[in-house]
Amino acid sequence: MAAPLTLLLLVAVTVRAALYRSSLADLISERVEVVSPLTAWKRVVEGLALLDLGVSPYSGDVFHETPLIIYLFHFLVDYAEITFMLADVITAVALYLSVKDYNKQVFRKQKYALEADRYPLDCLELIRSPKEMQYIPLKVAMFYLLNPFTILSCVAKSTCGLNNAVIALFVLSTIKGNVLLSAIFLSLATYQSIYPLTLCAAALLYLLQRQYIPVNLRRFSFWWFVAQYAFMYLGSLFVIVGLSFFLLGSWDFLPSVYGFILSVPDLTPNIGLFWYFFAEMFEHFRLFFLCVFQINVFFYTVPLSIKLKEHPVFLIFMQLAVISIFKSYPTVGDIAASFIKHHKASSASSLNIFLVSCVLLACSALFPVLWHLWIYAGSANSNFYYAITLLFNVAQILLVSDYFYAFLRREHHLSHGLYLKRKDGSEATLVLK
Amino acid sequence: MGLLSDPNRRRALISLLTRLNAPICVVCYMAGVAWFMGLAFEPFTLRTYMSENAMGSTMVEERFPAGERALGTGREFSAHKKKAGGMPVDWLVKTMQSRGLEVFTQRFSRRLPFPDEDKERYMVKGTNVYGILRAPRAPRTEALVLSAPCSPGDDNNQAVGVLLGLAQYFRNQVFWAKDIIFLVNEHDLIGMQAWLEGYHHTNTTGMDWSPLQGRGGSIQAALSLELSSDVVTSLDLVLEGLNGQLPNLDLANLFYAFCQKIGVLCTTQGKLQRNDWDSVSGYSHAVQTMMLMVMKQASGRPWGDHGLFLRYHIEAATIKGINSFRQYKTDATTIGRLLEGMYRKLNNLLERLHQSYFFYLMPSLSHFVSIGYYMPAFGLLALILLLRALDLWIQLATPPPRTEDGVADAEQMSSPGVLSVLTPLVISHLTGVALYTLPIHFQEIAVEHFPVSETEAVVLTAIAVYTAGLALPHNTHRLLTGRGTENGWKVLKLVAVLYLAVLLGCTALINFSLGFILALTLVPVAAFVTPDVPKALSAFIMVILSPACTLLFSVFLFQELQEMPVSFLDGWMLYLSVISQGILDHALYGSLVYPLVALLVYPCWLLFWNILFWK
Repeated sequence: MAAPLTLLLLVAVTVRAALYRSSLADLISERVEVVSPLTAWKRVVEGLALLDLGVSPYSGDVFHETPLIIYLFHFLVDYAEITFMLADVITAVALYLSVKDYNKQVFRKQKYALEADRYPLDCLELIRSPKEMQYIPLKVAMFYLLNPFTILSCVAKSTCGLNNAVIALFVLSTIKGNVLLSAIFLSLATYQSIYPLTLCAAALLYLLQRQYIPVNLRRFSFWWFVAQYAFMYLGSLFVIVGLSFFLLGSWDFLPSVYGFILSVPDLTPNIGLFWYFFAEMFEHFRLFFLCVFQINVFFYTVPLSIKLKEHPVFLIFMQLAVISIFKSYPTVGDIAASFIKHHKASSASSLNIFLVSCVLLACSALFPVLWHLWIYAGSANSNFYYAITLLFNVAQILLVSDYFYAFLRREHHLSHGLYLKRKDGSEATLVLK
Repeated sequence: MGLLSDPNRRRALISLLTRLNAPICVVCYMAGVAWFMGLAFEPFTLRTYMSENAMGSTMVEERFPAGERALGTGREFSAHKKKAGGMPVDWLVKTMQSRGLEVFTQRFSRRLPFPDEDKERYMVKGTNVYGILRAPRAPRTEALVLSAPCSPGDDNNQAVGVLLGLAQYFRNQVFWAKDIIFLVNEHDLIGMQAWLEGYHHTNTTGMDWSPLQGRGGSIQAALSLELSSDVVTSLDLVLEGLNGQLPNLDLANLFYAFCQKIGVLCTTQGKLQRNDWDSVSGYSHAVQTMMLMVMKQASGRPWGDHGLFLRYHIEAATIKGINSFRQYKTDATTIGRLLEGMYRKLNNLLERLHQSYFFYLMPSLSHFVSIGYYMPAFGLLALILLLRALDLWIQLATPPPRTEDGVADAEQMSSPGVLSVLTPLVISHLTGVALYTLPIHFQEIAVEHFPVSETEAVVLTAIAVYTAGLALPHNTHRLLTGRGTENGWKVLKLVAVLYLAVLLGCTALINFSLGFILALTLVPVAAFVTPDVPKALSAFIMVILSPACTLLFSVFLFQELQEMPVSFLDGWMLYLSVISQGILDHALYGSLVYPLVALLVYPCWLLFWNILFWK
């Protein structure tokens, strides 16, 4: 399996390197769909220039990266292209390894369940065979590396690629069961952009499951493990923030990075839901609606964790998707990361997937067209662009709920049998309500 | 959500869509065409109205008195033009200076990629002369433009005369709040392109021009005047600009309002409006007017000197004087008063024209159809593509009769699919690239080996590449996989149909007319093509409905609509010149129609051609 992966990596790197050399790179790095004020490379360069002049990079209103990123690029600025390609490669390899590991666990669980005769007889075709599963890790890696969205955001040198790499490493270390590394990478991801905070619950659930500690609020071992994980997570977060303070010598970065993410002052159009609302809103409602919008990202953690507490890995991917939809400055790079799902939704309703992918395809083509009509030709206006943004987000939400539905259905079939009978003996179907 | 996730209802919907797919498609097509034809019916259209407050309620008086003197200046200009054998730069500079303007000149030169036989030019050198009337009452941050082309021969002398007359008259008024720039441009659009690029410090087409020495504020609106006779019977308003862009409808409203006020006959597309909309001839008149607008817009070329302004966010239109055999004539003084009134109102603008519509079609000058009304016509056609795609998807997703290992079988069938879809895609796009690049690159070789001129060489090479594309190897998948699978062509058709839908959708948003005309011919092709239909007949139909033939029919239809029918031979010559003009428009002004057709539409059509010959 190593040979196809190497080949894939080579192809991916070649495509990126070729695009870096072409004239498209400049064009791509200006697109609002690809870079946000948080992740734009132009702003990193500006921050570096300020740093070299001995001015705090946060003194203007341009730079919103974390201090570690700017010190990283302080050394690597000449090798920026290689860094971004490397980040993508790391993400892909980490995903590849974690999916492989997860597959092994699924098999083990399935074997025990089969031996214990826990599955109904008629759902054998839902059970995964090794042959079927063999290519899934490679497919996942391919899906990430050759995804046009990922390629675009890598070519635009959007630092979103680095965040994705950190999150992928977090997933890998969690699935491998390494508590300390998991906590460290999660705190790094949180430090980069606050939202991965919500992954905490999923990671905790997974690690608990792996160590055979039941989720029971009255058990001491449960609380002890939670406290351990929280200590490691908060400790490393504290160390990282402290390190940033000592590097920079001031707390400027806190309002400039996290305040910027949470209070959304930059209303440049992007593919998210925030900009249009906040541009139209009366100023005195701003705080209220900020809370309403931001709470979306965090709120779904609770019901999802309760519903999916047996399946924390699926929960991680649901959470990633929710973050990419509701965060304040989304880019296509985030969405690429959220598409990664390795639960082969065996009973996914094919019609919905088709409709959703058609909509996503059409939206991706319409973004630049409507942007052109609005900004250059001056004949359309922001409503046209926002309409497409809305459609794009609706498609994403449909996609996520579709996966969720398919997953739930599969679990239901596994416990109740594939061919359901009503009480009167006629064939029944499952309905999501 | 309920409909999508409830399996019972979804199954019912799917079975309905697959069972009735063909009839629904036919109904959609008819409905789309009927909707489009209905747009010209007056009760379905809206009356134009002035949306911009700054231009609506303010009254202005037009007092321009000096029409005769302006015509005299025009005659003087014509004499100097003859003497200089082109633009009489010195005389113009002197005349404008004596009228109290700040005068500047701009030189430009441009070598065309191949000789333009219509306008007989290849190496173009020229000079633009413009004078700025500085606004006495405002900080000079905004400007208006009035331009007149200096055309070869005896054309447009009166336009320059009226322009100079207005300059002199405007100079004595105190109420101007915007700079007014009087521009006389040489070599029509090439000069205009040079001037606009110089004014905005951009260079998109690689033209040589000297930088402008003086400029006014940001330009808010522009009018271009074309006048070739001392008296006119009517004034024609030309709106279509580069890539089918249109100015804000308020500019048309302004023109119409002043024509009504002063009592000048006004037309659009050269057609007077009629009041008998309920009669058949009245309706067909409106359809003709609208179809002319659609054809002109679809061509993507600027139909007057104003066409290039639109690219810079400047609302602009061309006003053309037409002298026919009617009794009632309008003299130069009246035209001057009309322009004065329009500029007075434009002068009152507080912000850019943005209140009214930018996407519209006009069945007459007093009625319009906005985007919300005409888009459904296109939407109905695009729906056919989506329905076909859905049908194909369901066919592909439902497994073939279940065998013991049905699932594994299906996967084996779909895996070579990727390669057999990718190859035709790559081949047809390479043909498209050849169609885009070869004609201009190979003109010298063609001229050496064949007895043709450069222009003919370019056009004939384009046609040759286009035809050669039809003969390309269509069964590459057989070399790769041994035999074409049943699923192979379905996958390819699914890809091609979705590709066409996205392509046409984007085109229709930028240039509705082009998108609609392409959809009219390409959608039936996309809907009916399968490898199972009778080959010879279908191939014939497909060629008839291919983009090149669409263009040929459009040329004839356009001539027919203009009431200047041509014989087949003349039509063919016209067709060749239209192709060369399309390529030139792309090279000179950056019109997008030629690359769109060559790089995207033609390859997409080739995919369907490929499916027809799938074995």
